[in-house]
This record gives sequence, C-alpha cells and structure tokens, in this order.
Amino acid sequence: MSSPLAGDGAARPSPFAAALKDAVVSGVITFLLFLPLVGFRATESGSGPLTLTYRFGLCATFAILVAVLRLVLHLTIWRPGRQKAARGTPSPLAAVGGFISPMAKPAFFALALFYPLIAIVVTGGLTPSRYWIDLGIYIGSYVMLGWGLNIVVGLAGLLDLGYVAFYAVGAYAFALLSTSVPINDWMAGHLGENFWALWSFWVCLPVCGILAAMWGVILGFPVLRLRGDYLAIVTLAFGEIIRLVLINWTDFTNGGAGIASIPPISFFGIPFTAADDGFAARFGLTFDPMHRIIFLYFVIVALSLLTALATLRLRRMPVGRAWEALREDEIACRSLGINTTLTKLTAFATGAMFGGFAGAFFAVRVRFVSPESFTFIESAMILAIVVLGGMGSQMGVAAAAVFMIGGMEMLRNLSFLKSDWLLGPDFDPTLYRMLIFGFAMVAVMVWRPRGLVSGRLATIFLKERKKVSGDLVKEGHG
Amino acid sequence: MDVFLQQLINGLTLGSIYGLIAIGYTMVFGIIGMVNFAHGDVFMVSAFIGLIAFLLLTTVLGITSIFLVLAIVLVVAMIFTGLTSWAIERVAYRPLRGSFRLAPMISAIGMSILLSNFVQVAQGPRNKPLPPMLPDVIVLMDNNGYQVTLAYKQMFIMILTAVLLGGFWFLVQKTPLGRAQRACEQDRKMAALLGVDVDRTISLTFIIGAMLAAVAGVMYLMYYGVVNFNDGFVPGVKAFTAAVLGGIGSLPGAVLGGLLIGLIETFWSAYFSIEYKDVAAFSILAITLVFMPQGLLGRPEVEKV
Repeated sequence: MSSPLAGDGAARPSPFAAALKDAVVSGVITFLLFLPLVGFRATESGSGPLTLTYRFGLCATFAILVAVLRLVLHLTIWRPGRQKAARGTPSPLAAVGGFISPMAKPAFFALALFYPLIAIVVTGGLTPSRYWIDLGIYIGSYVMLGWGLNIVVGLAGLLDLGYVAFYAVGAYAFALLSTSVPINDWMAGHLGENFWALWSFWVCLPVCGILAAMWGVILGFPVLRLRGDYLAIVTLAFGEIIRLVLINWTDFTNGGAGIASIPPISFFGIPFTAADDGFAARFGLTFDPMHRIIFLYFVIVALSLLTALATLRLRRMPVGRAWEALREDEIACRSLGINTTLTKLTAFATGAMFGGFAGAFFAVRVRFVSPESFTFIESAMILAIVVLGGMGSQMGVAAAAVFMIGGMEMLRNLSFLKSDWLLGPDFDPTLYRMLIFGFAMVAVMVWRPRGLVSGRLATIFLKERKKVSGDLVKEGHG
Repeated sequence: MDVFLQQLINGLTLGSIYGLIAIGYTMVFGIIGMVNFAHGDVFMVSAFIGLIAFLLLTTVLGITSIFLVLAIVLVVAMIFTGLTSWAIERVAYRPLRGSFRLAPMISAIGMSILLSNFVQVAQGPRNKPLPPMLPDVIVLMDNNGYQVTLAYKQMFIMILTAVLLGGFWFLVQKTPLGRAQRACEQDRKMAALLGVDVDRTISLTFIIGAMLAAVAGVMYLMYYGVVNFNDGFVPGVKAFTAAVLGGIGSLPGAVLGGLLIGLIETFWSAYFSIEYKDVAAFSILAITLVFMPQGLLGRPEVEKV
C-alpha cells in the first residue's frame, strides 16, 4: 500500500508515511477482527429463532480509535529517531521506588490499622461507613490470599493455578464443622451449651488450616516432580475436580445450594448481640451491628499480618532459603543436596494452610458457602495479584491486591457513564469488569513481565544489602 | 453390545472435535514451549463466528442448501479465527518471547478471560440455539427397540476430521512450511541461522492451529446446536488433556489422545455417572502427568544442563 504523502518516490519513505501506513493497516485489521462478533449480533427474539442485528458503526469506531492511537504512538513514543534507553540503566520509576520504598511499609501498615477510623470519620458515622469497611475486608482477604500464594509461586517458584481449592477446603471445613449436628451435640454435651456457638470460629480456624495443608500434601505429592507449566495445568485440574465434587456430592456438601446459617464470629467468646452478655453491653457501648464488621476487618488484618510475618521468618530459615534457591535453579539445588520434593511439598503445604485460614475467614464473613465462590476465575485472580505485584515481593502483592480488587470494585461505581451524552442508560459498567481485568492482565505482562515490583532483595548478603534488578534474575526450571 | 456400539460412535464424534483442538495445543507447545491457555476460548470464538455466518447465510441471504451453507461457514470461521489467533500471538505472546517462563502463560490466561468476556459483552450471556442441522440418522442395528444410530452429522464430523488430518499431515510432512515448522521445533536458534523466518513460522503455526480449532468449533455448534460464551474453558482443558495424553509435541498423539478422551468421557457417562464425567477427564490428565509425563507417543523430555 503506498501512501500519497510519501512524496520522495524511490528514496526511503518518510517516517510519517510509514506511521500512516501502519495506522491504516492496523485499523483495517481491527475492523476485520471486530467485524464478526461486534459488527453482527445474534439476538434472541422471544422464544423464536435468532435474528441478526448490525452494528457496523461501532466496529468502525473501534477501528478508527486503534488507527489513531497507533498513529499518535508512532509519532511520539515509537519515533524511530528516539534514543532507546540502554539496558541496565535505572529507569525513572526505579528512582521513585527507591525514594518511596522505605516509607511504604510503615505507611501501608498504619493505613491498614486506621482504615476503619478514617472510613468512619470521612463518611460520618458507623452505618454509612459499612460499604467502605466491607470493601476493606474484601481487599484484606485478597491481600492474605495473595501473600499465601506468594509462598508457593513467589518464593518456591511453583505455578499453582488451583489455589482456590485450598480456599474452598478451608471454607467448607469451617462450614461443615460449625453446622454439623453431631459435632454440635457432642460439643454441647461436653463443653456446655453455648460454647460451640460462640467459639466455633476460633476452634475451627487451626483445624481448617491443617486440613487445607493436608490437602496440599495429598495433591502436591504426586505432581511436584512435574515441570512448571505441567504443574500449572494439573493444579488447575485439581481445583476443578474439587469444585465439581463439591457440586455433585450433595449428601455431604449440599451441592450447588451451598451451606447457609454458619454461626457468626464472636469476640473471643463474647457474641456481637444486643443482649446483656453481648459485646456492646460488656464494653459499655450502644449496640450496633457494625461492631461485628469492624471486628472482622481487624481479624483479616491480623491474619494477613500473620501470613506476612510467617513468610518473613520462613525466608530466613533453611527451608525458606531452599525455596528461593529452588525458584532460581532446580538443578543446582539438587546438585547441592537439597531434597527438592520435600522442599516443594513444604512450600505447597504452607501456602495451602494460609489458603485454608482465608477460606475459614471467608465462611465466617459471608456465613454462606457454595461452589460458585471457588471457580477458576478466583484462582486466576489471586495468581494475577501475585504476578502483577512482582513475585516474591510482599509490598508489591499487597499493592496489586488493593489496586486490582479496589479498582474492580470502583468499576461498579461508574454510573456517570450512564448519562445520556456518554454511553446511554443501557450501558452496564459491571459487565465490563472481567473484560478490563483480562485486558489489564495481558497489558501488564507485556509492559512489565516481572510485575510492578520486579527487583529482588537478597536474603543473604555480604556487608551491604543491595537490590537485585529484575533483569538480572533468571529463573531455572521448577 | 448395542449400548457399547452407540457410545463408541458418540465417543469417536466427540473425540474428533477434541483431537482437532488438541493439535493447536500440541503444535504451539512443540514450537515455543508454551501452554496456549487461550486456545479453548479461540475455539469458542470460532463457534460464535460460525453462528453469525450461519445466520447471515440462512436468514439474510436465504441459501437453503445445507451443504453449501456448511462449506461457506467453515471457510469463513477458519479465516476469521485464524486472523484472531494471529492477532493474539502478535499482541500478547510475541513481546514476551524470551522473557521469563511464566510470563506468556499469565498473558495467555489474561487473554482467555478477555476473549470469553469479550464474547459475553458483544453477544450477550445467554445460550445461542440454532435449529437442528442434518437431523437424519442411519439405523445400524435394532435390538428390541434399542436402536443404534449413526447420525449424518456424526458421519460428517468424522469424515471431515479424517480429511483435514490427511491434509494437515501433508502440510507438515511435505511442504516447505512444514519443514520450517519442524526445524523450529527442534532448534529455533539454529533454524533462524539457516534462514528460516522463525517469527513467520510461529505466526503460521498459531493460524493453522486456530483454523483446525475453527473447524472443531463449527462442528461443535452443528453437533450440539447451541453455544455459550463459557463453552471454551472445559473443552479447552479436555483438549489439552488429550494433547498431554497423546504426548505433547506429537501430532498423531494429539489425535489419538483426543479420540481416547472422547471415548473415555462418553463411556464414563454411559456406564458410571454423567455428573462426574469432567472429573474423570481431569483425573486422567493428572494420572497421565504423574505416571507417564511423556504421554503415549511423545518423546521423554531430557533436560540439558
């Protein structure tokens, strides 16, 4: 295709002409790509056969947008004359990171601690702050899940696509234990009528973690000899198997209907009720259902911190060092006498245990579990948080959880787009959440394949601790 | 015996569809060592393209000959799916070639989510039903009222698969493109040094894989008469299982694995429980990988230090 603007004939085409040509070509390709599924739509007309409706205008709009975007990019960022930054020179982002990172941890910690207070003050009361504190709990669960999976993926370098299986094991373990009649009767008979109703979460929490870790060992043992991507697919298969069993084994799990009326959380044995021995009365407060929500928030913060601290301590122990060595080079590890199977298994089980804790928390927060909550998308989301955050970096994972879960939640609130002069009242922003999520996953990978925080902090160092740039880290098979 | 025969026919039909998808997985894995997670969704997109083309031909242009319609639908679906797959490789995988191991896989998972939600947004979340095509059957056996039947569409699927596989075998074994592909599979760097355009070969691999998946997509649409934006995930994982079972990287293995998975699934549904048929397929994946990682026809993987 020759452009009329390439005036100099036989000579090299001018950059502008090349850019224009590229823009037109990519516009045409976009139009063709979008033509079948955006240009046409098979619409259901009642119970009758499908009919076609046409949206060629929309299709053309996308094509023109892509063409214009590429043209602008070619003339600015991708200009051929522009000097490319040499490999190895620190990017301005890294400099900003170096300035911020010493303050990030305390600031993040303080924010996490005072978040309910801030929410209450800003919204002006307990009841109106409910939405924001719920959002905090929601993000907190993903921070915890991300940190749990970070042990498996980030430290040991094992790609686990079925992490949600352990989340499900934890949630179902708590749901089944706390609602099962024989256990309730036994507990009531031996430990007093009210004990189980009040203490069930605190008693079950370690049990859920142990059960999940056990499942981690059971599932991990046969498959940990496999290479990275095989391991990913097998863990995915296990995640799906557990979900399908939860759906189909109706006698045990109540199938797709799920398990409801799970007892609520108590303040270490003191119920959050309006009664005389309730939390509010004991502490001289006026009763408010928000007390329970705020307590839940602090529970998830504590559980997340537990995960983070355990990870930090484990990294300093021989087993943690073995994990990181395994991630970098499995063959070297084996040559040095590290038992790779056992090392992988401990990582798998530890990660699964924290997944189980998070699952138990999920069950006590929502007070209802069903297989719907444990789909592959959930696994992909947790994995995306870990990878986008920069595998192995705790702050990166936390930041990614806040941005992704918070951002997806904010997409629900884009009702201003519904105004008549933008996209019209039929526009439903929630429909686009997963679409944008998938797009963001691809875009971040292409832009920064090693995640937001790509550098590595050496665990063992001589004299001075230096950051290792992500470009210098090479991962072996694992 | 009669039930067995009927399930054999059903299983081979389903297995043909899985086999065609599995070739896409195994080819891409062989050449760039990556699990193309989005391939199942490419298959689903092709079924939707087939649906649109079918509606366009029958309701708007009013063509009545079913074979003409199917032929045009197949060609249209192959062209547009090939284009889609080419664009996916260009945008999401090529920039990550040579990056660290997990990056293309994560990108592929993102692409898979993007594709299924794109179809959901563009075409709506409900099932898209089509009127039944080729409804006639041949009765092979009549045993006290239990008829063993071979539907025309099953015959069509099996014959078309066989023809396509023959053509595909010719392409890989006898043409310059196939030679370049096999060279890249053995050693990408060396192939590049010897003048093979590696990027172009990889692109063409993606396009060919997607075209076979497109045929599978149109067959799926024709066989079941309904398609949904969610339909890519489970067939995708099953086809991947087929590729692993046959030995990933091996093309005859992918077809063999596909047929086996199809047979296992139908026999499991017929003789054991239909609820656990997906569990059976996923368990086979795990069992194969644990006890026979090289698959039925694959080469054992040797890790060089």
